[in-house]
Amino acid sequence: MLGFVAASCGSDEDDSADATTATADVSTEASATPAVQGDVTVFAAASLTAAFTEIGDAFKAENPDANVVLNFAGSSDLVTQITEGAPADVFASADLQNMTKVTDASLNAAEPVVFATNIAEIIVGAGNPKGVTGVADLADPTDLIVVQCASEVPCGSYAEQIYEKAGITVTPASFEENVKAVVTKVTLGEADAGIVYATDVTAAGTDAEGVAIPEDVNVVAEYPIAPLAEAPNADGAQAFIDFVLSEPGQKILASFGFLAP
Amino acid sequence: MSSRHRGRRSALPAPVLALAIVAIAFFALPLVGLLWRAPWSSAWSYLTDDGALTALRLSVVCSLWATGLSIVFGVPLAWLLARVEFRGRGAVRALCTLSMVLPPVVGGVALFFALGRRGLVGQYLDRWFDVRLPFTTAGVVVAQTFVAMPFLVITVEASLRQMDTRFEDASRTLGASRWYTFRRVTVPAIGPALGAGAVLAWARALGEFGATITFAGNFPGKTQTMPLAVYLSLQTNPEEAILLSILMIVISFTVLLGLRDRWLGRVDRPMGAFGV
Repeated sequence: MLGFVAASCGSDEDDSADATTATADVSTEASATPAVQGDVTVFAAASLTAAFTEIGDAFKAENPDANVVLNFAGSSDLVTQITEGAPADVFASADLQNMTKVTDASLNAAEPVVFATNIAEIIVGAGNPKGVTGVADLADPTDLIVVQCASEVPCGSYAEQIYEKAGITVTPASFEENVKAVVTKVTLGEADAGIVYATDVTAAGTDAEGVAIPEDVNVVAEYPIAPLAEAPNADGAQAFIDFVLSEPGQKILASFGFLAP
Repeated sequence: MSSRHRGRRSALPAPVLALAIVAIAFFALPLVGLLWRAPWSSAWSYLTDDGALTALRLSVVCSLWATGLSIVFGVPLAWLLARVEFRGRGAVRALCTLSMVLPPVVGGVALFFALGRRGLVGQYLDRWFDVRLPFTTAGVVVAQTFVAMPFLVITVEASLRQMDTRFEDASRTLGASRWYTFRRVTVPAIGPALGAGAVLAWARALGEFGATITFAGNFPGKTQTMPLAVYLSLQTNPEEAILLSILMIVISFTVLLGLRDRWLGRVDRPMGAFGV
């Protein structure tokens, strides 16, 4: 049934296909993809909300018998849910560390694959009212309220790596619990700047703008995806991952500001 | 105080008893779960950690402030709602208890719109008085008061409504001033409800998370209360989060248990004494 793994995907995980036996002959429909049925439950990092919602719709359009159930939360919250036995088919994390927690516990059915990357940017209010030009400005607390993610969540550890590379010390007003909270505080005008993902700046639309961080001090966030060992719908899991890695999936991710792996 | 009737025995129908036991189990099991997963061997080092103690201290201080403010403003509000007939009273009551049903995170954002740097009132606080509430300890108190005060208001209002006003009338006809009557007749009569409402408000303030992290942010020693510390340690160190939660539960449980005898256990007495 999984014999038709989309050729365009950049994945080299074909092991799982050997294990499954070919069953359905109904899959020879208009499209060359195998017929996926039932719910495919995808646990995805909060920063993937918009992109995966659209990917889910596109996947459903291609697989009319399937339904994609999306659960978005911080990657570490999702890991907790998975290790506590939540019935998920696919896990897409915003960083490698949280995926490692899943693989260390042998809860993945196949090796994780990086399907997208994201770089950090400084988010400022529309029109950049405080005239922030680069990372160095964040170190100057004069009338500049900076918020950042707490070091416990990925965007916080990225922010700290950037400060370190830039050789600056930043005293934020608050350590936010997730990247969207940083965005909210800046778009509401309560904070002046913060370090978020480039995709978050894209998603904030006209309420905010981004100040680029030079490559030599920036970090690249890698997003891995993996099917889960206790997936109720193992075929659906692999088909969804293949779709994310396929050209249409990658195009959708790019439209939200993600970079190719 | 000696006339406390306790343990009046009544035969509970078996189905009622069974449902009540299910309810108890429903509350007890998650706690047992926490105790079961707690890493007891490393408990001491987590609980005496500076970060944990700082968060605990801040939580206690802020929740007491929030309780105090809830009493100072909530009792007059309850009085107004219970005793003064005016048009739109129902709407005012609904308005003042709205924060109980509002998702706390939304409450936090709404506080931004009102008291934030760009808020309706906040912009003037900032411009004229250089007062900024977001990202400050005062902001934590504001957020906690916002969600906690309704618990006190509805408790006290219910008590004021049930109270027999003839005792106040008698006090007035005997020549006591309004203020004297309020202090010596009304407050003692609603005392138990006031205590109960204050405890409820305090408990709600102590556990407050969403409005606090949204409006006041999260900075250790300044705005990071215990629930925020617990939430963040859950991301990387679930063991620590479990122990901190148990610590919070122990503290709240002790206070609720200790105050119950003093306050809640007496709720029926003054009503019985004052009622016909």
